[in-house]
Amino acid sequence: MRSVGKPIRKKDAQALTAGKPVYTDDLAPKDCLIVKILRSPHANARVLEVDKSAAEQIEGIEAIYTWEDVPQERFTLAGQTYPEPSPYDRLILDRHLRHVGDPVVIAAGDSEACVDRALKKIKVKYEVLPAVLDFHQAKDNPVLVHPEDSWKSLCPVGANQKRNLCASGESCDGNVDAVLAECDVTVQGTYHVKAVQQTMMEPFCTFCYLDTYGRLNVVSSTQIVYHVRRILSTALGIPKAEIRVSKPRIGGGFGAKQTSVSEIYPAFVTWKTGKPSKIVFSRKETQTASSPRHEMEVSVTIGADRTGRIRAIDVYTLSNTGAYGEHGPTTVGLSGHKSIPLYGSLDAYRFVYDVVYTNRMSSGAYRGYGATQGIFAVESAVNQLAQKLHMDPVELRMKNMVREGQVMPAYYGEETNSCALDRCLVLTADMIGWKDKYPCRDMGNGKVRSVGIAMGMQGSCISHVDVGSATVKLNEDGTYLLSIAAADMGTGCDTILAQMAAESLMCPVEDVAVSGADTDTSPYDTGSYASSTTYITGKAVQRACVSLVHRIRKQAARMLECRTNELKFDGSRAVNQNNGRTVTLEQIGLASMCDSNHALQVTKSHSSPVSPPPFMAGAVEIELDKETGHVEILDYAAVVDCGTVINPNLARVQTEGGLAQGIGMTLYEDIQYNSEGKLRNNSLMQYKIPSRLDMGKLRVDFQSSYEPTGPFGAKSIGEVVINTPAPAIAHAIANATGLWFHELPITSEKIAMGLLEK
Amino acid sequence: MTKIQISLTLNGKKVTEEIAPDLLLIDFLRNHRCYSVKRGCETANCGLCTVFLDEKPVLSCSVLAARAHGHTVDTLEGLQEEARELGEFIADQGAEQCGFCNPGMIMNAIALFRENPQPSDEEIKEYLAGNLCRCSGYEGQLRAFRAYLEYKERGGAVCAQ
Repeated sequence: MRSVGKPIRKKDAQALTAGKPVYTDDLAPKDCLIVKILRSPHANARVLEVDKSAAEQIEGIEAIYTWEDVPQERFTLAGQTYPEPSPYDRLILDRHLRHVGDPVVIAAGDSEACVDRALKKIKVKYEVLPAVLDFHQAKDNPVLVHPEDSWKSLCPVGANQKRNLCASGESCDGNVDAVLAECDVTVQGTYHVKAVQQTMMEPFCTFCYLDTYGRLNVVSSTQIVYHVRRILSTALGIPKAEIRVSKPRIGGGFGAKQTSVSEIYPAFVTWKTGKPSKIVFSRKETQTASSPRHEMEVSVTIGADRTGRIRAIDVYTLSNTGAYGEHGPTTVGLSGHKSIPLYGSLDAYRFVYDVVYTNRMSSGAYRGYGATQGIFAVESAVNQLAQKLHMDPVELRMKNMVREGQVMPAYYGEETNSCALDRCLVLTADMIGWKDKYPCRDMGNGKVRSVGIAMGMQGSCISHVDVGSATVKLNEDGTYLLSIAAADMGTGCDTILAQMAAESLMCPVEDVAVSGADTDTSPYDTGSYASSTTYITGKAVQRACVSLVHRIRKQAARMLECRTNELKFDGSRAVNQNNGRTVTLEQIGLASMCDSNHALQVTKSHSSPVSPPPFMAGAVEIELDKETGHVEILDYAAVVDCGTVINPNLARVQTEGGLAQGIGMTLYEDIQYNSEGKLRNNSLMQYKIPSRLDMGKLRVDFQSSYEPTGPFGAKSIGEVVINTPAPAIAHAIANATGLWFHELPITSEKIAMGLLEK
Repeated sequence: MTKIQISLTLNGKKVTEEIAPDLLLIDFLRNHRCYSVKRGCETANCGLCTVFLDEKPVLSCSVLAARAHGHTVDTLEGLQEEARELGEFIADQGAEQCGFCNPGMIMNAIALFRENPQPSDEEIKEYLAGNLCRCSGYEGQLRAFRAYLEYKERGGAVCAQ
């Protein structure tokens, strides 16, 4: 292949490394209104009165809006396909405030300074209500987060707002209780993952203006332009034809921007005032009023026979969606459906879950989307099972892991068309030096070196739901334009989709320009999430290009006065094989634009009935200081099966980045609330993400399978890569100390205290 | 608020302006179309707003614009040639990813390489510890720096990719 599989540069690399103004705030009109939010200081309260008279007197203030000024139709901010599984439980401004940080007032004015002054002058009287802060006590608590009758669930997700239930459900195969009772060995554990933040470097940011036709134009740092358009249409009560949403370059997303966190406020201001406006979230707002990972507590029981055959896995997940249900009903599913299927020959499984409302910040989508939480639990339990069986954990996994061709009952009954997990695990163990280093070595200086291992999986789309589309057209000089509504948020999807187009069109990647995402000009795409862009939009690109080549050949046949099967097209010229007459691609492009009824432009959509899992294995070597509990990552080896690797450089950096985020959530990133439900870690001073000093060596390799339903055999890579660090590091810590930690983060303090108590 | 007048050299050009005394250097610079200067936090933790004040790297979110009076300020807009050279090595790894941290990180890397043209990996990690990146896991950036330094050591000869 000429383009696919090549480590070429990202198409936007030069602009990004030169610091060009390509992000939302760089592009906002300089005279636009500045929009800011006054946020609730209480976890649960009702607004009794808002006195905005003094604020309105401040020079430069354009408008101040309260709950009385906004439409009363509820909606969800979750970027999901309609009908959204997430309940309609939001208003733009609500009289009932459900978490510290919930918006109370929207203020807009000429400058940041005047809006800041106005926010200070607004007097709000609150009726403070008792709050539900502990998610263990949320279900059937007399305090209801959503008592309102206008709350609405569009899908049968087991929701009941009168019980603080955002969703609940159960699935199983075989009789788990009976199989577990027969097992020679069982392990049981409950694992707690907190609501960690995506912490993309660019905070949430949106600007809006009305165009020549009076339409609302929204430019935003978002992964989901089409969903944002629908959400704004529902929330503002205006037709979709009146709204255009586009995204420029995005300064990182990781799922945070799969929720419409910031768009609604400037959209409302511009729609009401007719003036351009923008909102730039502060880091504090980005930390405290956004869309972090769902806090989950995952209880696992695993049963095996004496020889180490894993026979049953039973998972119960309690998930905390916070004040609103964004992604609540869906993230939880992955905690079972994308952890249990790692093991291929179960006699039975069961997966039960509850998703509860609490008076904390709403959760959202974060890379891994529930699978991360479930895999921490299941893989930790498997490591404990190995210990109990006195078996090497690599050997235990080789005996039980899912293999190509197996049906996965816990994964919606899908069959693994492509699976190189066995090769991934063998190579990972080899890279880390498992045979020599497992389980630990005492260094004789108070430090222990140990290793830990885990496997991971994800999906490649939401089967039967996600739609990817691509429009490809031939320009009159023989170059192409590819239009997409998938969102490159640094991932490089613009580039890898161009590689796929170039491969299909038999042209250089440089000849394919990429445009998007823009609801006015890009064909419909659900957006970049659920690891779907390579697999779903990639296939749409491939299909559009194959169809365009067909049309190019027809146009050439008309010009060469022959049948299409009599000509040869090599990407740059078509030859009539009867007489050797030739037309160039440029001539074909020009001919299509003169006296022609045949547009050399094709749009194709693609959806998939399956979501082939990418797989991976990860192993870590740590050095643990027994006195301080400090864990140093010495080496992390990871091997990924993402099907065909479209761009090895970008796949590698995606993997390294995911590992770093996984290491951060395992060791440092700690969301803490005080007893009033106020988030303590509201800045990068307190919320510690890994710096380059915290990273040891990260080593990444690939073991490719070939996925027959994917473009050029590809699956996904974006999310799977965050799933192994938590269980692998917890395993290494256990191998160093004998202590199994069940709650993240596993801080030095916890380790040191654990060793003292031992 | 009474305005004050400041004069400074910004990317080689003299600038004189009346400003509010509490104006931060980051906002002054963005007002002057230096959009490479990004705001990632408000607490001097992320390194995205790194610029040179008299050729030394500073965090412009934590410096008052008034402090630049009589001094020289350089942003990535004024260092395009050096940025392009180093940027190519970052691009060769795909390590720029979302790009939002790149300007601050490249500014600080340029400062490091001016100070210490042959840094070890540990020296690179320590000098750039305050430049956070959430996309890359830092490994690709390190590979890029190593390749760049080797290229410089060979006298800037372009190696075959």
